[in-house]
Amino acid sequence: MAKPKPRVRVPKTADKGEVIEIKTLISHPMESGQRKDRKTGELIPRKIINKFVCTYNGNEVFSADLHPAISANPYMSFFVKIEDSGEFEFTWVDDDGSTYSKKSQITVN
Amino acid sequence: MSIADGARSLSRRQFVITVAAGSAAAAALAAAPVRLARATEEPKTVEEAIKALLGDKELADGADLISLDLPQIAENGNTVPLGVSIESPMTEADHVQAVHIFADGNPRPEVASIHFTPANGVAQASTRMRLAKTQNVVTIAEMSDGKAYITKAEVKVTIGGCGG
Repeated sequence: MAKPKPRVRVPKTADKGEVIEIKTLISHPMESGQRKDRKTGELIPRKIINKFVCTYNGNEVFSADLHPAISANPYMSFFVKIEDSGEFEFTWVDDDGSTYSKKSQITVN
Repeated sequence: MSIADGARSLSRRQFVITVAAGSAAAAALAAAPVRLARATEEPKTVEEAIKALLGDKELADGADLISLDLPQIAENGNTVPLGVSIESPMTEADHVQAVHIFADGNPRPEVASIHFTPANGVAQASTRMRLAKTQNVVTIAEMSDGKAYITKAEVKVTIGGCGG
């Protein structure tokens, strides 16, 4: 499997106090643990992204616990009210313990 | 020793009592491990999943408070867009803490738990989920004052999204 690739869309600038939308996506099969291998008839073990966390200047602003009912290549969009320029960090946690992360900057006009 | 062997040396009354007591004991033994196993297993229904997350918390009707953005008919159950938005000022004193999403017709009812903070400005998020068949999507919003609200919406699914 290709290494999961996180993608995020954050505006480069915002007005102070503006509520901006953030869109995130990571390429991941989100193997539900319910599917059977067609050849052997055995269940394919579960392997999903089970947690997503977004921090802004080090403070957690948004997180989600995900279950196998989330579609492959999990997409998540949400909003953040911007008071200061700073850095977002997005982290996805895999069932196997790996984490994938991406950073993004925003400047207050 | 089989029951028939034992019965030969017993009176009919004794035999009936023995068998009845024996089967009652067997039933009690059989029931006990089943109940234990169920408590530690993953929740199978939305009710069990809600209980596991929120205990016996009272759930008020949230139909006016929670708006669910869901298709009425989903052609492909593998990827059903879901948007949730809750009316809230999102201040430190009054904000939405979490939104829990369940699907009552999936093999596992939990879909996602989304945690908000006042920094979000608005309590709104969207994602994409799998639905195995036509079913209800149940949403619970937990507020900072400790109250919780529940609402649900039905989605008709043309092609299920579970399995291979």
